Amino acid sequence: MARALIKVSPNPRRGEVIEIKTLISHEMETGFRHSTTGAAIPRDIITTFVATYNGEEIFSAQLFPAIAANPFITFYTIAKESGTLEFRWTGDNGYAASEQVKIAVE
Amino acid sequence: MKRAALVPSAFAFARATRRLAGPVRRLGAVAAAGTLSSLSLAADIPLNERRSSYEAMSAATKAMQDDDSANPATLWVLDGEALWRASAGAAGRACADCHGEASQSMRGVAARYPAYDAKRQTPVDLEGRINICRVEQQQAAALRLESKELLALTAYLARQSRGLPIESNDSRLAPSIEAGRQLFQRRQGQLNLACAHCHDDHWGEKLAGNAVPQGHPTGYPLYRLEWQGVGSLQRRLRNCMIGMRAESYAFGSPEFIALETYLMWRARGMPMESPAVRP
Repeated sequence: MARALIKVSPNPRRGEVIEIKTLISHEMETGFRHSTTGAAIPRDIITTFVATYNGEEIFSAQLFPAIAANPFITFYTIAKESGTLEFRWTGDNGYAASEQVKIAVE
Repeated sequence: MKRAALVPSAFAFARATRRLAGPVRRLGAVAAAGTLSSLSLAADIPLNERRSSYEAMSAATKAMQDDDSANPATLWVLDGEALWRASAGAAGRACADCHGEASQSMRGVAARYPAYDAKRQTPVDLEGRINICRVEQQQAAALRLESKELLALTAYLARQSRGLPIESNDSRLAPSIEAGRQLFQRRQGQLNLACAHCHDDHWGEKLAGNAVPQGHPTGYPLYRLEWQGVGSLQRRLRNCMIGMRAESYAFGSPEFIALETYLMWRARGMPMESPAVRP
């Protein structure tokens, strides 16, 4: 039940610095743990996060095993024009999730 | 309520708490007076001195709880909403088919659980109630306690009571509240501690650098940063018992239900925060 939550002001003023909050559901299994029977639990993490604004990359991050479960990433951008913010998370075992938010700049 | 039965082990407790929590003011004063036979620890916390452990959290953790889009428990709430609307079991019915909109029908419900079940003549907690409904009405298998699905449904229901005061005014719960109180005040484990020693007598002080909370269950199920996930009140109680080096009760056991019933009575009138965030 992978889900993402995005929070961004839907109607910013032109030139305004806006905060973008992203939260995604993911176990972020480190690969360092062992099960109760001693078997190694394989790594399963999100490795890359990319945000684009009307197709242009505005923010990206690489994630590592030390990042906690359900990564919460917050960043800022300048509201230049109306359009679409797209967020993509990719990771181990072919993990891929994406989310889009439309903003209307006044 | 005095804990006279605790007296014989008072010195063991003093040794344990000195190690764990620094000076033990009350015990020290009593020992100096040489009246150990009349030793009594603090009474119930006065109603107007009760505090949610929200107040002891850092600004960052508070902000996380206050903003639904930053509170990771929202992910469980959304999953719970999907489960609420999904058909399950041989009856092919969803929770919503009988109960309608949870924002209406489930408002305030979590604030009065565990509730007395007249048919079973025992209190059941919210997780237990959901499973009774699943088995009897939906004819589906009960969800495993602490499973993601059950926590999601519980979080979704508890969310409908956020901000409402905890209610505990059903007289049929009295025997369970009393049983829970006995458990809360009974010494157990290798450290020979009762819940009350920390949460009635030493709240606000430090244990290994962390604030000792009063232990009011206002926000369950909640997202605990240490767990990196949502857990129930019973899981939290289990943590404390392991910390006391006591053998934990089983999930869903009558002891845990009695403790939950007592803790909700103890927190009566305090506003629900579910699903909360705790460090």
